[in-house]
Amino acid sequence: MSSDSTITDTATDTAESEQDEHADEAPPAYPPSQPIHEGGHGHKEPTDGQYIWIAVILAVLTALEIAATEVGPDGPWLIPALLVMMTIKFFIVILFFMHLRFDSRLFSLVFYIGLSFAVVLYAAVLATFHFFTG
Amino acid sequence: MSDTTITESHDAEAIPPGYDDGEDHIGLEHHTSTGLSNTKLAMWLFLGSECLLFGGLISTYMLYRNRQSDQLGPDQLWDIPFTSATSFVLLMSSLTMVMSVSAAKRKDERGTKLWLTVTALLGGLFLAGQVYEFTTFYREGLGYTTSLFSSSFYTLTGFHGVHVAVGIVMLLSLVAMLVRGKLVGDKAETVEMIGLYWHFVDVVWIVIFTLVYLIPA
Repeated sequence: MSSDSTITDTATDTAESEQDEHADEAPPAYPPSQPIHEGGHGHKEPTDGQYIWIAVILAVLTALEIAATEVGPDGPWLIPALLVMMTIKFFIVILFFMHLRFDSRLFSLVFYIGLSFAVVLYAAVLATFHFFTG
Repeated sequence: MSDTTITESHDAEAIPPGYDDGEDHIGLEHHTSTGLSNTKLAMWLFLGSECLLFGGLISTYMLYRNRQSDQLGPDQLWDIPFTSATSFVLLMSSLTMVMSVSAAKRKDERGTKLWLTVTALLGGLFLAGQVYEFTTFYREGLGYTTSLFSSSFYTLTGFHGVHVAVGIVMLLSLVAMLVRGKLVGDKAETVEMIGLYWHFVDVVWIVIFTLVYLIPA
């Protein structure tokens, strides 16, 4: 019985001393437990070399867009192809260059709410003016 | 400075999160209720609202792009190779901007200043291209009030150009502050905030370039 009491006392003392140690610590600054080059989603941010490759992909996509308008200016596939390439470029920049893929989901939420609201609102405005039906 | 930090830590413990103690804490790390940077959250909120601004301008252009007069429309005016070159310059300025953010996170001040200056120069080159384009269109007879097409085109691309100009001013101001050592607080975060703005300006141009210049009227 006495040994049990000793163990309990020792455990309580240890817990109290740990609590005291934490009380002396300065409050954590943001972002919490987030080292440089590692984001809130747990993904590593790209290196400088990877950023150059991303820029090369963007340049190639831009060249493809221009080539598409030169090759088939009246083709039925032109507008969908241009819109797809534009969307890919858009998301490459916001996900990698703007670090949305590596940062907190709250930032993504805030931005996508604004973006979605704009797309829905102005699609409705254009539809009201018969833009899509001619 | 260390005394100030210690005092700040005690104050931070005494004051509940979300309350202002009325003191100036510029340059000191601080608590936020989300655990995230309030500056960064505010910047993303601002960029989200900017989507609505540019969405309105792009939609207006799309509605009016066929309302032209005197055969002065996109098919007669656009110089796609020239605009492609300026678009490429702006796209590459996003690369140099991300390089400066990367250098700032490594605490490489020389690299940060260098890449920020290169970004500002590329932005200036894009803006010069836009001024040249506007001048050419004006000489060909496309004034701001010539048609609904011209008004909506100049308003959309002009607003974007103003955003680029504001970005260049911010970049050069940041370089000047770094050179003079007057930048207080988290330098990497300040560079990142201006980077977010700059990338957004680039993203908007990606949309404008496709919808305004490449998709036939």
